[in-house]
Amino acid sequence: MSNATIISKTAVELSHSLSEKELSSQEVAQAYLEQIDRVDPQVHAFLHRDDDDFLAQANASDKRRAEGNTLGPLDGIPVAIKDVISVQGQPLTAASKILENYISPYDATVIRKLKDAGAVIGGRLNLDEFAMGSSTENSAYGPTRNPWDFNRVPGGSSGGSSAAVAAREAPLTLGSDTGGSIRQPASLCGVVGVKPTYGMVSRYGLAAFASSLDQIGPFSQTVEDAALLLETISGHDPLDSTSFPTEVPQYSAALRDPLTPCTLGLPKEFFGEGIDDEVRKAIDQTIEFYRSLGHKIVEISLPTTDLAVPVYYVIATAEASSNLARYDGIRYTSRSEQSENAINVYAKSRGEGFGEEVKRRCILGAYGLSSGYYDAYYLKAQKTRTLIREDFSRVFKEVDVILTPTAPTPAFKFGEKSNDPISMYLSDIFTISTNLAGLPALSVPCGFTNSGLPIGMQLIGQAFEESSLLSIAHAYDREHRFGCQSPNI
Amino acid sequence: MKFEAVIGLEVHVQLDTKSKMFTRVPCGFGKPPNSLTDAVVLGLPGALPVMNREAIDKSIKVGLLLGCKIAPVCKWDRKNYFYPDMPKNYQITQFDQPICEGGEVEIELPGDSPAVMGEHRMVKLTRIHLEEDVGKLTHYENDSLVDYNRAGSPLLEIVSEPDMYSPEETFSFLTSLRNSLIYAGISSCDMEKGQLRCDANISVRPVGTKTLGTKVELKNLNTISGVKNGVEYEIKRQIKAIEEKEEIVQETRRWNPDQRYTTPMRSKEMAHDYRYFPDPDLMPVKIDQAWIDGIAKQVPEKPFDKQRRYMSELNLPYSITAALCPDFSLCQYFELVASLTKDPKKVGNWVVNDLLRELSNANSETNPIPVEESPVTPQHLAELVDLIDQGVISNNVAKELFPEMFSSGKSASELVQEKGLEVKSDQGEIESICARAIENDPDAAQKFRDGKEGAINALKGFVMKETRGQANPKVVDTMLRNLLSN
Repeated sequence: MSNATIISKTAVELSHSLSEKELSSQEVAQAYLEQIDRVDPQVHAFLHRDDDDFLAQANASDKRRAEGNTLGPLDGIPVAIKDVISVQGQPLTAASKILENYISPYDATVIRKLKDAGAVIGGRLNLDEFAMGSSTENSAYGPTRNPWDFNRVPGGSSGGSSAAVAAREAPLTLGSDTGGSIRQPASLCGVVGVKPTYGMVSRYGLAAFASSLDQIGPFSQTVEDAALLLETISGHDPLDSTSFPTEVPQYSAALRDPLTPCTLGLPKEFFGEGIDDEVRKAIDQTIEFYRSLGHKIVEISLPTTDLAVPVYYVIATAEASSNLARYDGIRYTSRSEQSENAINVYAKSRGEGFGEEVKRRCILGAYGLSSGYYDAYYLKAQKTRTLIREDFSRVFKEVDVILTPTAPTPAFKFGEKSNDPISMYLSDIFTISTNLAGLPALSVPCGFTNSGLPIGMQLIGQAFEESSLLSIAHAYDREHRFGCQSPNI
Repeated sequence: MKFEAVIGLEVHVQLDTKSKMFTRVPCGFGKPPNSLTDAVVLGLPGALPVMNREAIDKSIKVGLLLGCKIAPVCKWDRKNYFYPDMPKNYQITQFDQPICEGGEVEIELPGDSPAVMGEHRMVKLTRIHLEEDVGKLTHYENDSLVDYNRAGSPLLEIVSEPDMYSPEETFSFLTSLRNSLIYAGISSCDMEKGQLRCDANISVRPVGTKTLGTKVELKNLNTISGVKNGVEYEIKRQIKAIEEKEEIVQETRRWNPDQRYTTPMRSKEMAHDYRYFPDPDLMPVKIDQAWIDGIAKQVPEKPFDKQRRYMSELNLPYSITAALCPDFSLCQYFELVASLTKDPKKVGNWVVNDLLRELSNANSETNPIPVEESPVTPQHLAELVDLIDQGVISNNVAKELFPEMFSSGKSASELVQEKGLEVKSDQGEIESICARAIENDPDAAQKFRDGKEGAINALKGFVMKETRGQANPKVVDTMLRNLLSN
């Protein structure tokens, strides 16, 4: 089988080929390494690779298979990891200078689960520093390029994770989503990305940006693949107090069940001004498709929608200002050579080690928590967050899922928004409210612009209803499979 | 003008739990530096805290012991500040919803003499909250070293109302609080190991006025006497300052125990803005009545309640109870012996006088042997008391025997048998010795016959000396009187 054929396969197809012995995990790993060698100098999705380790894992998988001890459908399948999730013995930079020399001494829970499932853990993927951004331009190690147009951003913050799947450098990747950081890059790169319900996937081992919003989730070519990866990494973790004690449904199996007619809600606040015409058209077509399957489409209202961005930027930055305090130049983070006393170690190491956006958010967040401002900012934002949650609860009495565009526009050009933080923040306008409400949501590719840029639709589900969310998405995806189209690189 | 001091204390107590407050690493003291650490303690990227239930159990127990209101929800906050003793640069603590509110500590002030019970009074508590301890910094000329073994250990902060008015009261408060916490198995409260630490808020005001003066926070009070001495100094310093028309500034001062004075550390203007907010990594935990009821069953009798019971039910004198009751283990020992014998009062005397003496004489280095390790077991002491009671040995013999029991670990009956120390009640032998006594001291015999009752003691002494104390005193008494009346 040619390398081109191997890397074009979905994870489910690869898994099938492995079990049919048409392929070895070693061959799969080699094919991806060659593709990375070929395209990554331009895409720059990877910050770090450990090819020996990667091939050794593939080898171990082949050995298991030969002995009849295969660990499951993901055994032997490569999964590349956003460089913000701990893998024992591998670097974790969070795309920041301050973590330049840090090697993680332990596995995140999601990594332990993947290793238990036999997955071959691949390289470290680029992102906006500490997952703060929507374009991957904030990486201290240079931006990732969108495989569909190298002049454009892949989205962010998990831009490396979405670009790697789109460029066929990995069949599956993990990212993290705090305000849209999985769904928006998935949309901009034309792949599937899922943000699970808050508490469904353990955060243990994920370098925190905003603890009450962060969730780890999968990227893939298809919804089917995403379901497979998600069911592997989900589940209660005693090491994460915010992890929810619930059984994990078998999402992949559920996809094979016939879909009963359901109601899709279109929030009118998400369909106002500012949406690109081609995005609008593609979304209209998906709506028509669902209607044609016999599902009911209703207009709904989420009046708190325009509060989401300001609330998010108070809460997320407040939590970040505290979460990032540990990167201080004292122990494992880079220490400024200019520092001659304790206060200086902090000020100079952080001043030199953090990028502009991280500094901006830490200062913003600390301000909102300061004595005298707490009530007006942080407390008020938390109260408003409750209103946003209630808004969704009310709507979910009438509908099963909510359908919206994932992002208002297709991939934008480098530099287009990087000097205008507010305009950059607004590219997450459709994704942020679900993080605030803790709901599961995903982005599925739903077409291309005339110039060939991918477009994504977002489906938002009820808490812990990933199963029906994935099923409804799969109903569209299995007929269209836009994520299986490869860019010409 | 006369002044009075108003004092409030903030007491930090390290809980005796198997593992740290938010991770599975064990708590411990004296281990190699930075050996009791993991990703959570070191604040590595991605590490998350998980609450230690045992620490909550123990905090509820303290709350019940001190009569506090237990919060219905245990909630966690972050206190943000940069300092190398805390790798995350925030401390997980309880800001606006402490686990316990209110409550009080009963204190006893010194009586007129050690044999007289002093006045008792309740000192009100404001709150008790739980937090994680920080690491330990050691400063050298050019470098500072940090040991995170202590970091993340569960630490209880007990805050009193400004409800103490003298250094003696602070001493009594800490002693009483410490005894209660040891009783309840909360903490070993070893101040040398930093398991109990204390800061004091001190102000002075003219006697008769109600408003509080400007307060000064005093730190580095490392022993209970250190608290008393530091507070005493600071009160004098403040009174002198006021008398010399100086203004008291709100500040934190440090007690220097060797030179015995306080020096400024930081003023109010330098106070931190800790930017408290609820820790998003930890879910609030509901504390329901069933949980509280379960803990309530484990709350022990309080030291002063025990003391009152010993005095009223067991008729122990105050001086004996005052020596017994501060020490929970000693009380356990005492109660076991008392339950095996008929006379608790005698047992009390043996424990407080003889056992305590032997325990502290047989010290290893500087510390007395703990009562749990006493070579004289409760059963041994009970047997000794019984042997006296049954007249097998005299009290004097028993007193001599006790140190030997302690050093050899043998029981009283074993030693009595080995040495042939049973009381001699053989009438014939005692009669002949009594006769010799009268012969030997005709003066005393005559004096007794002339009506001087006390003169008989000299004769008894002779008999006891001759029999090495083994003669039954009752038999000797009867025999001498018989012989002298003839």
